Amino acid sequence: MSVLSFEGVSYRYPGAAADSLSEVTLAIEPGEFCVLTGLSGSGKSTLLRAAAGLVPHFHGGTFAGRVSVGGLDTRTSGPAEIGALAGTVLQDPETQVVMSTVRAELSLAVENRGLAPGAIARAVEETALALGIAGLLDRATGELSGGELQRVALAAALVARPRLVLLDEPTSQLDPVAGDELIWQLRRLNQESDTAVLLIEHRLERCLAAADRVVAIDGGRIACDRDPGGFLEWAGAERPELQTPGARLLGLLGIEPPPAGVKQARAALRRSGLLDAEHRAAVPAPPPRTRRGPFRRRGAGEPALELRGVWHELRDGPAILRGVELTVKPGEAVVLMGRNGAGKSTLLRHGAGLLEPTRGTVRTSGRVGLLMQNPGDYFLHERVAEEATPAALERVGLTALADRHPRDLSGGERQRLALAIVLGGDRPAALLALDEPTRGMDRAAKGRLAAWLRRRAEEGMAVLLATHDVEFAAEFAARAVLLAEGRVIADGPIAELLAGGWYFATETARILDGAGAALLPAEGAALLRPRREPAAAPELIAGAGS
Amino acid sequence: MSRPGGRSVIAYRRRPTPLHAARATLAAAYGAALASAALIVSHPLLLAALGCAVLSAGAAAGVGGELVRAARRTVIPMLALTVLVNVLVSRGGLTVIARLGDWGVLGQVNVTLEAALYGLVLGLRLLVVSLACLLVVCTANPDELLHAFRRISPRSALTATLTTRLIPVLGADARRLAEAQRCRPDGGARGASGRLAVLRATVSGALERSLDVAAVLEMRGYGAAGRTRAARPPRSRHDLSFAAAALGLVGLALLARLSPAGAFTPYPLIGMALSPATVALAVLVPAIALAPFADRRGIEL
Repeated sequence: MSVLSFEGVSYRYPGAAADSLSEVTLAIEPGEFCVLTGLSGSGKSTLLRAAAGLVPHFHGGTFAGRVSVGGLDTRTSGPAEIGALAGTVLQDPETQVVMSTVRAELSLAVENRGLAPGAIARAVEETALALGIAGLLDRATGELSGGELQRVALAAALVARPRLVLLDEPTSQLDPVAGDELIWQLRRLNQESDTAVLLIEHRLERCLAAADRVVAIDGGRIACDRDPGGFLEWAGAERPELQTPGARLLGLLGIEPPPAGVKQARAALRRSGLLDAEHRAAVPAPPPRTRRGPFRRRGAGEPALELRGVWHELRDGPAILRGVELTVKPGEAVVLMGRNGAGKSTLLRHGAGLLEPTRGTVRTSGRVGLLMQNPGDYFLHERVAEEATPAALERVGLTALADRHPRDLSGGERQRLALAIVLGGDRPAALLALDEPTRGMDRAAKGRLAAWLRRRAEEGMAVLLATHDVEFAAEFAARAVLLAEGRVIADGPIAELLAGGWYFATETARILDGAGAALLPAEGAALLRPRREPAAAPELIAGAGS
Repeated sequence: MSRPGGRSVIAYRRRPTPLHAARATLAAAYGAALASAALIVSHPLLLAALGCAVLSAGAAAGVGGELVRAARRTVIPMLALTVLVNVLVSRGGLTVIARLGDWGVLGQVNVTLEAALYGLVLGLRLLVVSLACLLVVCTANPDELLHAFRRISPRSALTATLTTRLIPVLGADARRLAEAQRCRPDGGARGASGRLAVLRATVSGALERSLDVAAVLEMRGYGAAGRTRAARPPRSRHDLSFAAAALGLVGLALLARLSPAGAFTPYPLIGMALSPATVALAVLVPAIALAPFADRRGIEL
């Protein structure tokens, strides 16, 4: 019997003009690891909420068809009963942790299932050990970072040993290291305990290698339901925005079938003679470092932002920033990267003048526009037109929506409106700072944002952006700054930084092992194509990563 | 600009002290007894003794700094306001120490010694009650308290869980909203309409947040049949001493209220007992409150 089944499910939210799910039929078998993907607003989260019983019990609306979880019909069984069979982790960890200590949080779910005290204690310990959070058990949940909270939320969903785990972008707030760890923890759980996993994820390159099956949803309907390889073939033909960078790289080189991960991609390149005996890409000499556009580091001139020996220390707590030295010049496009808690958001707040350093100085050449993670925090009025000037709205392409309510806008439109707000005013901003702007965005929306930010940099505005999204960083920036424990540990051209790493590296760079400092599929294909077409090949060298 | 910091300092954290070792229900009862005593007595000397007792208990429980900081930020300004309001509106005193003339709606305002002293008594009472509540927040494990409440009233415990979880979440939301407003080129909301707009945004955010938290609680099976069978927290040898201290404090407060030694009349002229018995009561209050902290066996320095 399927652990989860949808039979002709259609659903419309209260007051909505269209169905969010239309005639969805889907079955997840015990032990399957299934990735659910699709563009923003396609109905992924609604499908997951229907599987958890929140639709229709919690949200109301019009529901047709049948959802069954472990034999329980969600029309007659509520989220509490479904929760005994299916653990759910939603996007925002802040609202998923309800108790004041981690131990109490993990205990809650099993206490509610009526387990004996000894069984509760054992379940809590084992789950904490399995997820590597044993050290957090006696910590207060209010003191945890976003990444730690997300792990605790996952542990709380798993502690009752559910037969199915439902996860809505659990890695969206995690750094690349923690994100990869989480996916492989899920895979281990799936393999060792036969737990079925239904995972929503935009960054498919992170999870396809672990998946048994991929379901793509489009306009509330199932558009594709195949194994990872089959999905990538479908995406290449029908939905290129859903392709992974590795699949695009091999697609550009004309190599079939598309790979589901780095290992498969490298194997395909070896078969095609594009990796040498030492498993390094045999490529022409890398192109000049200036290749990443006119928005690279500019010459002399007053810095848009200058941090000199900036410390930020907490009372009775650790130092968040430790003597940070950073200069951003006009027209520069810079990304700040680093693990959760490295100090990226704090650094941006210092740049915008929201915080005062304990030691050191912060100088700016003009106004700093800071866009924080939640664009909705900037909205105060009933109409888009009241939030920003007409010129600012035109700049972000929202003139046509001037009469709408800001909270009725889509995620991407909200972000553009927030950008219009922070960039509006009489004085133009010298620096635009953005904190994790791509959270919850699909690849197409990220591409549009990267292009828009590049235009601002080309106009002379400095752009400083904190992100965990290495693919987006590679698409947008010319320079990368890596923070660790509040210190700048690397600062240089993005090609050097992201091509040489493993976690902080794009999939293309990982496939090519950093060769030619290629970060994006098109760059990788441009490097390898001469090798595939020997007549045009210049001098071949070993990979640049060596 | 705000100072570096950010995290709330008023929160429970396990510390190696006798009060933290006692069960949460008894730690809460101890704090409640201190607050109740402050509501029962009205003699300024006894209220001052209770204030000393709360602060000393906070220091002995390792949270003295938190209590002093909270008092400095919020309670002392409230105390000053209470004194000021009582001085301006009270008409009961006879000993005029300043004539402030005609204040329109308030009429002729004369500052009297009695009104000033009684304002101080009210403020002191507010201070002790607030600090006692903060002592409970810092020393009673909220999860253990909720467990205890769930046995008695699941619905009330659910409401309390939602509230206790939402308070820090909404606090974080408010900080974010304030920062976002400061990022607007116009400096954000100003004036009454601006504040109203911020309030509207905060309330709509609070509603969204409460729905999210409620959904998570429901998915975790909160309130489902066959709920918790978690073990009761183990008894501690400190339970008895804090329970005895709580009873002793309330008993002493009642004794002071009923006996001439604790008599205090603010109006029309100040009448206040100041006998050896009053002094003895003032000494006994902190002594009883601090006695349970004397047992520090097993706590290594």
